[in-house]
Amino acid sequence: MRPVRFNIHPKEADIKTAVSVVQAPEGYSGEGFFTAKLSDVVGLARKNSIWPLPFATSCCGIEFMATAAAHYDLGRFGAERMAFTPRQCDLLMVMGTISKKMGPVLRQVYLQMAEPRWVLSVGACASSGGIFDTYSVLQGIDQIIPVDVYVPGCPPRPEAILDGFMKIQDLVGQESIRRRNSEQYRLLLESYGIQ
Amino acid sequence: MSEHQHHIKLPEGSIEKQTTTLNLGPTHPATHGVFQNILELDGERIVSAEQTVGYIHRAFEKLAERRPLYQITPITDRLNYCSSPINNMGWHITCEKLLNIQTPKRVDYLRVIIMELARIADHLICNSIVAVDAGAFTGFVYLMEYRELIYEIYEEICGSRLTTNIGRIGGFERNFSVAAFTKLEKFLREYPKVLKEFEGLCNRNRIFMDRLINTGGISAERALNYGFTGPNLRATGVDYDVRVHAPYSSYEDFDFIIPVGKTGDNYDRYLVRGEEMWQSLSIIQQAYQKVQEFKGADAEIYHANVPEYYLPEKKDVYTKMEALIWHFKIIMGETAIPKGEVYHAVEGANGELGFYLISDGGRTPYRLHFRRPCFIYYQAYSELTKGAMLSDAIITMSSLNLIAGELDA
Amino acid sequence: MSLTNQRIKERLIEKFGETVSKFEEPYGLLSFETPKENNLKVLQFLHDDEELKFRFLTDLCAVNYPDEAGRELAVVYHLHNLTDNIRLRFKVFTDIQQPDIFTASKLFSSANWMERETYDFFGVNFIGHPNLKRILNVDEMDYFPLRKEYPLEDQTRIDKDDAMFGRGGTIV
Repeated sequence: MRPVRFNIHPKEADIKTAVSVVQAPEGYSGEGFFTAKLSDVVGLARKNSIWPLPFATSCCGIEFMATAAAHYDLGRFGAERMAFTPRQCDLLMVMGTISKKMGPVLRQVYLQMAEPRWVLSVGACASSGGIFDTYSVLQGIDQIIPVDVYVPGCPPRPEAILDGFMKIQDLVGQESIRRRNSEQYRLLLESYGIQ
Repeated sequence: MSEHQHHIKLPEGSIEKQTTTLNLGPTHPATHGVFQNILELDGERIVSAEQTVGYIHRAFEKLAERRPLYQITPITDRLNYCSSPINNMGWHITCEKLLNIQTPKRVDYLRVIIMELARIADHLICNSIVAVDAGAFTGFVYLMEYRELIYEIYEEICGSRLTTNIGRIGGFERNFSVAAFTKLEKFLREYPKVLKEFEGLCNRNRIFMDRLINTGGISAERALNYGFTGPNLRATGVDYDVRVHAPYSSYEDFDFIIPVGKTGDNYDRYLVRGEEMWQSLSIIQQAYQKVQEFKGADAEIYHANVPEYYLPEKKDVYTKMEALIWHFKIIMGETAIPKGEVYHAVEGANGELGFYLISDGGRTPYRLHFRRPCFIYYQAYSELTKGAMLSDAIITMSSLNLIAGELDA
Repeated sequence: MSLTNQRIKERLIEKFGETVSKFEEPYGLLSFETPKENNLKVLQFLHDDEELKFRFLTDLCAVNYPDEAGRELAVVYHLHNLTDNIRLRFKVFTDIQQPDIFTASKLFSSANWMERETYDFFGVNFIGHPNLKRILNVDEMDYFPLRKEYPLEDQTRIDKDDAMFGRGGTIV
C-alpha cells in the first residue's frame, strides 16, 4: 500500500527570495537608454498580457474553469481578463467537442477576431475529434480554422492546459511583427477559405 | 411565473409596439455550455423564447451500438460531466441488472460515497455559478478549491479527475487506498465550514434574494407534465427521489431526508441544492462509518465475484490458466450476455438519469437510450421565462443546471 | 390494496381486450404492446383512470428492427405512477414505409422534444406535433442516422483511414 505522502510539509510562501521578474530582451544598454529589437519588446508585452476567449463547449470547459480558478491560476500568466467577445481577444481557446452544427459558429467567431490572433485547441475532441468518430462531430477544428497549439488529453490536466498556454506565449514572444502582413500568412488563410 | 407589477403600460396605439429578436447564442461566457435561445424581447421583457439544442451532439446512442458493455462507460462519463461518477455507476448498475450480478455490501457503500461526492461536486458548481451570474464571483473561487479536493479523491481511485470512467461492472478496479480515505476525511472535516461560509454570503443576502425570488417559477402540476425530476422538481414541492423510491446500491440502508421547496422559483432551486449538499455530506459520513466496520478479509472486497464479466488481475492472467481464458473471453466478447430489455434509473445530480438497454445476446447493445433529465426539462424554459426580464432569464438558465453534454448526447 | 402488475394487466385487458398483447415482465417491469392507432387511447386511459394514475411520462424512444417486415420501427413509452411507485412500458410498432404515429405531446408536454428527437434519429412522423423538425442534428441532414442501415462514421471525411483504425474490412 502506498504511504500517504502529500502535503505533509506544506511550502511557505517567501516573497523575498521567490520572486521572479520577466527577462529583459537582448539589447544594447547604456546610461539612460536601452535598445532592443522592436519585435522582441512588442512580443514581450503581448505574451504577458494575452486576453483569451474561452470557447468552452463541453468537459474540457470544466477543466478550463479549474485552470482559471484559484488552484491552477491562469491569471498569473497575464490572462486575467477573459473577455468573452472575439472583438477584444487575442487567443481563441477552443475547449471541447465541436460538432458540425457548431462549426460555422466557430468560424464566425474566428473571423470576428482582430489580428494578431492565435488559436489554442484544448483537448482531444477539438484537436482531432477525440473518441467521437461519428457522423455529427467535426474531426478537429483545423478542418475550418488554422490552429497554433494543440493540447492533447481527455480532458487535459490543468497543468497541460497551462503548458499549452506557455507554448502560445513562446510563439507570441518570438513572432515577427511583419508576419500578419506576409504572403505566407495570406496563403495559409486562403487555404482555409478566409480572405 | 413572475409578476409584472412594474411593467409600464403604454396607451393603446401610441407607439408601434415592436419586439426585438435577440440571439442568446451558442457562444456563452464559458460556464454554461452550448445551447441557443432566440428571444423575442419587448424592451427588457421576454415575450417568447425558442431554444435550439444540438450544438454538441456527439451521437452517444449510435456510438454505444459499436462498443461492448465495458467500453460504454467512458461515453456515459460525458453525459453530465460535472458529476461523471454518477453516470458511470448508473451504467454499471444497469449492466448488473441485465447480467444478474449482485454486488457485495462493501462495494455498494463505496459506490454511495463516490456518487454522493459527485453530487456535491455538481451542486457546488451549480450554486456557485448561480451566484456568479448574479454578480458574486467570490463564492465560486472558494468553493472550487473543494472541487479540486474531490478531484484528488477520484484520482486516487481511478486516476482521472473529471471524466472518471470509475468502477467496473461488478465493483471497482482497485481497492480504495489509505490516501483516498485520508483525503475523504480531510474533505469531511473542511468542507462543511466552507459551505456554511458560502451560504452565509449568499442565502440571506438582500440583493441575492431579490434577484432570485419569484423568478423562473413553475407549479408542481406543470413540472410533472413537463417531466421534471431531480432538484428542479423537488423545488416545486414534489418529493420524488429515485434513491428513495427505487433504491439501488443499498441506499435503503442510509438515513437522509429529501429537501423540498414550495414555489419552484430560482431561490427554491438554489436552496434545495444547498440542502442536498448537506444531506449528501451526512450520507457520506454514514457510508464511511459503515465501510470502516468491515475488517480483515472483508475489507479487501472491492468487486463482485463474477469472473465472466470482471477482468481478472493481470498477475493472474500471466500465471493462471483460468484467468487467461476469462480474460480472453471477456475481451473478445465470447461471454454470455443474456437477451433482454432493462430500464434502470439513478438519481443523477439533475434528476432521473435512465438507461434503457436492449441486448440481443451479442457483444454490443442492440439499442441503448439515455433518458437525460436536462433534455426533458429544458423544454419548459420558454414557459419559465415568459414575461421575465432578460437578467432573470439568465439566472433561470443557470439555476436549472443545464449541462450541454447531457442535453445533446 | 396496492397496485400490482397483475391488476394493471387485468384492467388493460378488461378495457382494451385483444388489442393489448404480449404481456411480459422483464426484470419486474410490466411491458406490453398495442397497435399504433391505439397509442393515444391507451395513454389517455392510463392517465385518467383513478386506480392506474400513470401521469408521468418517463421516456419516449424508438428502436429499429430492420429484420421484421412491417414492424421495423418500434416507439417505446415508459410511464410511471408516482403515487404507487409502479413503472410500465409499452410499445407500438409501425412500418418503415409509413411511420405515422399520433403525438402524445398534447397529453404530456415532455413528449414534445422526445418526439422530435425520435423523428430526428429514426424518421418517425408524429401526427399532430406542433413543431416536428430536427432537434439534435443539423437541419440540412437528409437521412435518419440511428437506423441500422447507416454507419456511425461520417462517410465524407477523407483524413482518417478506416483500415488503420481497425474499421475497414470484415471486423465491425
